[in-house]
Amino acid sequence: MRIALFVTCVNDTMAPGTGRAVLRVLERLGHEVTFPAGQTCCGQMHFNTGYQRECVPLVRKFVDDFADAEVVVSPSASCVAMVRDHHRRVAEVAGDRGLTEAVAHTAPRVYEFSELLVDVLGETDVGARFPHRVTYHPTCHGLRMLGLGDRPQALLRAVRGLDLVDLGGAHECCGFGGTFALKNADVSVAMGRDKVRQVLATGAEVLTAADNSCLLHVGGLLSRARSGVRVMHYAEILAAGDRS
Amino acid sequence: MNARDEILGRVRGALAAAPDAEVEVPRRYARTADGVDVVRLFAERVGDYRATVRIVAPEALAPVVAAELRDAAVGTLAVPPDLPHEWLIETGVEVRADSPVLSVNELDGCDGVLTGCAVAIAETGTIVLDGGPTQGRRALTLVPDVHICVVPASVVVGTVPEAITRLDGTRPLTWVSGPSATSDIELNRIEGVHGPRRLVVIVVDRQTG
Amino acid sequence: MSGATWLGMPAFPEAARTALADEQLQANLRTATTTIRAKREAVVAERADWEHLRAAGAAIKDRTLRHLDRYLLRFEEQATAAGAVVHWARDAAEANRIVVDLVRAADADEVIKVKSMVTQEIDLNAALAAAGITAYETDLAELIVQLGDDLPSHILVPAIHRNRSQIRDIFRREMPDAPDDLTDDPAALAAAARRHLRRKFLTARVAVSGANFAVAESGALVVVESEGNGRMCLTLPEVLISVVGIEKLVPTWADLEVMLQLLPRSSTGERMNPYTSTWRGVHPGDGPREVHVVLLDNGRTDVLADDVGRQALRCIRCSACLNVCPVYERTGGHAYGSPYPGPIGAILTPQLRGMRDDPVAASLPYASTLCGACYEACPVRIDIPAALVHLRARAVDATRGPLSPERTVMRAAAWTLAGPRRLAAAQRLAALAGALLGRRGRIGRLPGPLAAWTRTRDTPVPPGQSFRTWWRRNRRGTAE
Repeated sequence: MRIALFVTCVNDTMAPGTGRAVLRVLERLGHEVTFPAGQTCCGQMHFNTGYQRECVPLVRKFVDDFADAEVVVSPSASCVAMVRDHHRRVAEVAGDRGLTEAVAHTAPRVYEFSELLVDVLGETDVGARFPHRVTYHPTCHGLRMLGLGDRPQALLRAVRGLDLVDLGGAHECCGFGGTFALKNADVSVAMGRDKVRQVLATGAEVLTAADNSCLLHVGGLLSRARSGVRVMHYAEILAAGDRS
Repeated sequence: MNARDEILGRVRGALAAAPDAEVEVPRRYARTADGVDVVRLFAERVGDYRATVRIVAPEALAPVVAAELRDAAVGTLAVPPDLPHEWLIETGVEVRADSPVLSVNELDGCDGVLTGCAVAIAETGTIVLDGGPTQGRRALTLVPDVHICVVPASVVVGTVPEAITRLDGTRPLTWVSGPSATSDIELNRIEGVHGPRRLVVIVVDRQTG
Repeated sequence: MSGATWLGMPAFPEAARTALADEQLQANLRTATTTIRAKREAVVAERADWEHLRAAGAAIKDRTLRHLDRYLLRFEEQATAAGAVVHWARDAAEANRIVVDLVRAADADEVIKVKSMVTQEIDLNAALAAAGITAYETDLAELIVQLGDDLPSHILVPAIHRNRSQIRDIFRREMPDAPDDLTDDPAALAAAARRHLRRKFLTARVAVSGANFAVAESGALVVVESEGNGRMCLTLPEVLISVVGIEKLVPTWADLEVMLQLLPRSSTGERMNPYTSTWRGVHPGDGPREVHVVLLDNGRTDVLADDVGRQALRCIRCSACLNVCPVYERTGGHAYGSPYPGPIGAILTPQLRGMRDDPVAASLPYASTLCGACYEACPVRIDIPAALVHLRARAVDATRGPLSPERTVMRAAAWTLAGPRRLAAAQRLAALAGALLGRRGRIGRLPGPLAAWTRTRDTPVPPGQSFRTWWRRNRRGTAE
């Protein structure tokens, strides 16, 4: 299958390894991956902070960049939720019927990485090997807006050598919340520290999730605490090792 | 402009751009409790509220009422004017019918009250009083500290929708689910605040023998 | 009494900081929210048709709101026919004036009150006090708040921020008839409240209540409660005054079959609350001889006018959204600066009060991570995250014109993200800055606007090569 990658602005800038990991896994499974070069951002930060007008050109750009793609994959649950759940609203607010139609065409073809693997490609064992103790934090947009359910864990459980341990209070938000992390930094950090406590209680070496933005927040706290726990997008775990 | 017209005007203004179509209510929730022994379920659910529950055959009602009155140390008992005499036999308590109407202080002087009810809901363990036969006015079942309620099996329904269908929403209704309680201290339920602190429910069922 | 006030409270972030520093508060909130979450989950899980009930509950309220004028008139006609007197109040001041006049007309100088959010909203107790009328709160938690000269911090349990030993201390200090050896056993505390209020219940001539539901087709009101204080107030006095927000209507009696299932399970986590009372005007020989209903707007029609925000008027005040909210759990209710705390307060208060001249209200739409736990728990499916985002946009649009630092950043970001070249240039700049600021791949504390992030969190240095650069160097030529 020919799959267009929407890497997202955060991954593009801060975690290019996550984009390369998606590429590696999909190519290993025999698929062709394209990277529409014009892509930038889904507009989530602007939309969620109240800058809906500024968001309109970004949505317009997104539907243009991915107009020809049959299937789009993205390693970010919150960006996929933005595209699938909110692009329509942005188009409505803009009062642009053409944009509304374009969104209706594009949005349903955009999949979060685990949705693509499990639902579209029917894969749970992607042939990875990662001999470490890992815990998974279901990020809020993946959990509640996309309903990812058990898909990421199913993929992780199939990884050779990986010891997946349950995270206590897993369904609780980590406190990132985009600009919330700055506007309400104290509450954000209090929530993040509780998440860190739960992570440390698992004894995991690696905390993984479907959103690098949340991992920047929790990982930043873990790093400041000199905890030694690494954070990694689960795509990077699925890309580790080879099919031998 | 008076407040009424102004508020109605604001409401109409606020809705001017709203879609005209009536909002349909999808009612796909359960209306009945199928395949359930509603009398047993009712008794079990009332018990969950830490109320006393007895299921008795009709001929055993009076002795059980008498026993429960003794057990709750009721000396003075308020009753609605139309309470069947056969519910109270050889109880030894002072019975005060609410006719002429008992004053609040007289009610406060009663240890307990004995009534029937209009409907009982199995799923939620609820009894509903509607001021109809054997129930009296609302204050009667409120002021005394012990409420003994006789529930004929025929009034027990499975679910809340069944109860709503049976009840007349223009009557003064009191739905009672267990003794008075509060969750106001650390969100733990504790029984016994301003309403009756003891609730005794006696289900009369012909099937019981 | 009633010295405590919402006026002059700081905006949310600052109030939250104070709450986070209060360890006792943190412990009390955590205990209470953990308890109630587990109870709610258990009784909701019992119902296989829970999602159907939620859908019906949302539709019933939407149906009401769509033709609210019609249902208000129907209610008025029916309640009046049943002997009630219906009053209309545009705002808090008008509602308070109506109630004060009614109490005076009854020649009373005190009233007993059933817990009601709406009378908190209009600050009725202060208005009564100013008129020389003493209001006695009879709900246990409201009593704790009133005796402690405190403010409510939760919709269901206004004294959720107090634990049992703090409650005992308040009772010992402020309740004249509290026993000297009062312990912090909850049953003993409840018994003390019973003794304290018993004479009031038996002698009061006027009661004030709110209502959980008002049935348009019959003119009946519904009050849902636990302790029996509601029944006392609704049944024993001669005069009953109920203040009812106009959004409390439901079209038909049958609609209660949904609401009376959703509310107790979502609220106290019970299959059914101990007592529910319904009445329709005056019932001769049973209950008050004079029944008044005050229908209150106080900003509700402004909420109704907003096509996204109006779903807040579906709210049945169960408080499930507070109990599941990770932000509320850490800040408590006072930080929200209004009687409506938590996620629902964050969308209701800014709409009821307006955001333009009210910094507290304007800060509330941002008091959320948009995690969505509230929406998941809401029995009438209010999409609180969507409403929050919508109100943020309203706040931003209301202040368009003057350039704030945030607006500058957002505009710059939008400009940068408008094309891949600009983004690539910004990425090179970020990598350069990161290389300058970082040590061993980590950026630590930074001054200025970045301090809010970096004071507590390290940031990885942006890699020297962005994904798009890597792609261009390694994959150029691949079909795009």
